[in-house]
Amino acid sequence: MLDDNEAAGLTLEAVDIRLGDRRLIAISHSIAPGEVLTVMGPSGSGKSTLLSFIGGFLDPAFTARGGVCAAGVDLLALPPAERRAGILFQDPLLFPHMSVGANVAFAIPPDIGDRRERRRMAADILADMDLAGFDDRDPATLSGGQKARVALARVLVSRPRVLLLDEPFSKLDMALRVQMRSLVFGRARAARLPVILVTHDDADAEAAGDAVHRIVTDGGGNG
Amino acid sequence: MRFMKAILAAGLIAGISGLQAIAADAVPKDWPAIEKAASGQTVYFNAWGGSENINAYLEWVGGEMQARYGVTVVQVKLDDTASAVAKVIAEKAAGKNAGGSVDLIWINGENFVSMKQQGLLMTPGWATSLPNWRYVDVENQPTILTDFTEPTEGLESPWGGAKMVFFYDSARTDAASLPDNAVQLLDWAKAHPGRFSYPAPPDFVGSSFLKQVLSEVIDDPARLARPVDEQRFERDVEPLFAYLDQLHAVAWRSGKAFPQNYPDMKQKLADGELDIIFAFNPAEASAGIRAGELPDTVRSFTFSGGTLGNTHFVAIPYNANAREGALLTANFLLSPEAQLRKQDPAHWGDPTVLAMSKLPQADRAAFAALDLGVATLTPDKLGPVIAEPHASWMERIEAEWRRRYASGN
Amino acid sequence: MNRAAGQDAVAILARVAVVLTLAFLLLPIAFGLLGTVLPAFGYLPALGGTTFGLEIFRALFATPGLAAAILLSFVTGLVATALSLGLTLVFVAGFAGTPVMARLQHLLSPLLAVPHAAAAFGLTFLIAPSGYLIRLVAPLSGIDRPPDILILNDPLGLSMIAGLVIKETPFLFLVTLAALPQVDLASARRLAASFGYGPIAGFVYLLWPALYRQIRFAVYAVIAYSTAVVDVALILGPNLPGTLATRLVQWMNDPDLSARFLASAGAVLQLTVTLSVLILWRGAERAGGRLLRFCRDGGFRFAHDGALSILSLISVGAIGGTFFAGIGLLALWSVAGLWQFPDLLPQSLTLRSWMSALPRIRDPLLTTLAIGLISTLAAVLLSIGCLERETATGRSGGERSLLLLYLPLIVPQITFVFGLQLLVIGSGSQNRFLALVMVHLVFVLPYVYLSLAEPWRALDRRYETIATALGRTRLMVLLSIRLPMLLRPIMTAAAVGFAVSLGQYLPTLLIGEGRIETITTEAVALASGNNRRVIGVYAMVQTLLPFLAFTFAALLPAFLHRNRRDMGL
Repeated sequence: MLDDNEAAGLTLEAVDIRLGDRRLIAISHSIAPGEVLTVMGPSGSGKSTLLSFIGGFLDPAFTARGGVCAAGVDLLALPPAERRAGILFQDPLLFPHMSVGANVAFAIPPDIGDRRERRRMAADILADMDLAGFDDRDPATLSGGQKARVALARVLVSRPRVLLLDEPFSKLDMALRVQMRSLVFGRARAARLPVILVTHDDADAEAAGDAVHRIVTDGGGNG
Repeated sequence: MRFMKAILAAGLIAGISGLQAIAADAVPKDWPAIEKAASGQTVYFNAWGGSENINAYLEWVGGEMQARYGVTVVQVKLDDTASAVAKVIAEKAAGKNAGGSVDLIWINGENFVSMKQQGLLMTPGWATSLPNWRYVDVENQPTILTDFTEPTEGLESPWGGAKMVFFYDSARTDAASLPDNAVQLLDWAKAHPGRFSYPAPPDFVGSSFLKQVLSEVIDDPARLARPVDEQRFERDVEPLFAYLDQLHAVAWRSGKAFPQNYPDMKQKLADGELDIIFAFNPAEASAGIRAGELPDTVRSFTFSGGTLGNTHFVAIPYNANAREGALLTANFLLSPEAQLRKQDPAHWGDPTVLAMSKLPQADRAAFAALDLGVATLTPDKLGPVIAEPHASWMERIEAEWRRRYASGN
Repeated sequence: MNRAAGQDAVAILARVAVVLTLAFLLLPIAFGLLGTVLPAFGYLPALGGTTFGLEIFRALFATPGLAAAILLSFVTGLVATALSLGLTLVFVAGFAGTPVMARLQHLLSPLLAVPHAAAAFGLTFLIAPSGYLIRLVAPLSGIDRPPDILILNDPLGLSMIAGLVIKETPFLFLVTLAALPQVDLASARRLAASFGYGPIAGFVYLLWPALYRQIRFAVYAVIAYSTAVVDVALILGPNLPGTLATRLVQWMNDPDLSARFLASAGAVLQLTVTLSVLILWRGAERAGGRLLRFCRDGGFRFAHDGALSILSLISVGAIGGTFFAGIGLLALWSVAGLWQFPDLLPQSLTLRSWMSALPRIRDPLLTTLAIGLISTLAAVLLSIGCLERETATGRSGGERSLLLLYLPLIVPQITFVFGLQLLVIGSGSQNRFLALVMVHLVFVLPYVYLSLAEPWRALDRRYETIATALGRTRLMVLLSIRLPMLLRPIMTAAAVGFAVSLGQYLPTLLIGEGRIETITTEAVALASGNNRRVIGVYAMVQTLLPFLAFTFAALLPAFLHRNRRDMGL
């Protein structure tokens, strides 16, 4: 029997990712809801492949084994679109052809079918992020911090099972970085989302506060 | 191999279709039945498309045929009549003996002989059974019954006449200096180097020029009415090529390039590159002036000893799809109304194939009232007609011409 | 709704698109070549050819002037390609990464869309002895009659080579530009300059080998086109004798039955000539590579090769200038009244040529639009399918698939379309229109695919990752993210495809059996009348159509994404 936390959280069981003969990642870990697992490693170490593996986007060049369970659901058995593994990259990647509001509304799960209801939800969460009235704006006209907040709003409104963060703060300037860290981790905790953060910045790991998994590359690596 | 057989089989199956008011091998006589069957048909009329005037004329024909008989006439614009012949050949090759893509074809001479010999034409005698055949001037225009010495046998219906006529710009060239036969033309060219040329064969105006010269310089012109005698060919054409050798030395671009065709020569007359040009239609100069392509000082002349003349026709391929529609169209093209418009330089300007004496009074008056244009010679000033040589001559002198002048040696 | 089914649907459709694409590209070529080769060896049962033999080739080689025709095709093709590539190389080497380049890119792009025939006519109006250049100098030198000098249709094919270079240089130039982002231009330039290499030498040593590998199939396509072109050869090339391809068309149209066999054998010969040039070119590639390594390893720096790039700038400028002057002359002739030598302007302007042509342009115009739009739409859908398949599998197919795409451009058109004609007639199909659309697709598809592939691959895949993670199926991601984001390149690719379809002459003539008239078949048919005014009208229509297509391709995304700044790139 699993306890509640484990059932609601994210479990990585003997995950092992390789590129040819080279092992990139080997990890077993459980992340409780609202907790953060920080995966640290030098660039090129393949740490992002872990997120791709969980989300279902792993390039066929890699081979991967192991189990991934979120809230008691075997994620690997599901197609990528049904895993609901929300992801944030270092770029906000707002869809440039949609308005800010449409970007957020795009993420609202399809069971909310009413168009007006969807628009209202998008407006609400934008307001919640201090972006009230931004619905009709062109994403290209937003500042870096505003874009990052829209990206966060977009991923939260999709009601993900887990939150995957791929160095989401690395391109922000220092002040913004501090601000976004607390915002992201705070929201994830409030939503009781298990989080995996991939980074090479120790400050990120500190801010996350929870467990840290360090990747050591085969053959000693080069830091 | 299997694929080729599949093609042939498919072709045969596709051929067995379509209602026919006339049997493939019978001379069509039952005119009301033909009109009834033709209604709703589409006639693909394969005709040279290089002249806007002619295309517009055929557009008018299409409109009339639609209004009178419910027949749609579509001009398939060719850059060379031979490609329509090639199409019928390709269809025969593929076993498509009915439902062919060519219904009516504008044709004469070499192409006619070729189709006749290969059995690619509809029943002999259909043309002479057309209701409007009664107006045709068979008495005074021998080229209606023998196309390049080949008996037409009612396999093609006459459409218009043609005669070689020369043009010059009276603003540049003194009428008194103009040549009156091929030999004088050569002297004139020597006196005016670079100002005369002819379209390279197989352009038909260019080939006609070769035949004109040959008719004048051959030892015994009677030989031209018979097929080429291989034994004597070299000797027969020797004077022609001796003439051309001299001409090329003083011709436009020294004979290293030739105009493409008559319209090309027309442009070169306007540009001042050429001083004497020629066409196979006496009305061309007036038409050119009216279209703003030639200055209004251009005038015509012919040779007093005669110039080449012929008739052009329409024919129906053996596998035509819209046979009845094609017959109706051919008949309409022979009507006094259509022929009048064809002779009118405002529309086309081709001499009619009808005999004025056979026409009703009103039609005769209409023909007489036509304004032929400032540069067009009246019929009595066109001079005698030199009949086309047997078709085999054209082929042979074209090949010989190519061997001598177009082999890159 | 089963989401997994939605995902499978995209995968299945993409896989179907790949299979269809291969079929649409390869089957017509294969069957067409078969239909050409069999009669060449005597097999065409209905014409009495049931045995195989070499008599036809014997007859072919006995044709007067054949050697000269072969030599002419060989040399004009080789020289035109070498000149176009050389000009492209020196120009790109000299100016890549400079503002000059960007400006000329805009100048040269339209050249690609204008059919060869129109460009060739424009050239004749300019350089003929009665043309505009001589008219310009006539008052100065007292010329009142066009000089009797051989400029067009010269026996050496010089004007034909010029006509080809004018069209092929922009093509190679734009293909090279498309490949340029895949090499590190800026750092190579810095490196070469720091070691004292001339800008062109540095470019050639460091970047050209990789760049050439990217564009070589396009170069082969230019070789194939230049050795087998018909319309340009008819307008500008020598006619005593003509090139091999123009002789072929004569035989295909010859009323004499046996000429059909001769045409088939000639088509096989044409294929051999093109292949010979390609083989020779491959040898030259290797020799060039050795020479390049020799110079590089010898440390030849050519420090002052900048002068060469100025020369190339002048040449490219001349190409652009000639082209636009030619188009201007076409426009002027289309409204000219009487216009005698050496007048610089017509005595009068008239819309007569337009008025008489327009009613008759309508139907061919609708046909042109229908064929162009349908074949382009099919090509765009198939290309999207293939590229989606590539995205899904992560395999781009590499060199081999690129060669497949270029195949319809490298196998000379005249050699397989002729055989296809027999297939279409023989199938008894009444649906020539469909057959014609499919044959156009053979030529449209490669261009659409090639112009769409780069932007498709360049799109940041993380957008799709995010959309999928947000719970959208592959179909939804394709429809709501990728395609809208790629609207502009898709529209551009479609405009390219439309322009290619518009320019097809020989396939339209042969497969449409003359019954299907397009603007281009009309233009060439009327060109046989050699009336400058009529040529002007049709060439203008031919020029305006692709221009409109590209304008629409630019305006539609601009309108749909009018408030989206990042979509305006």
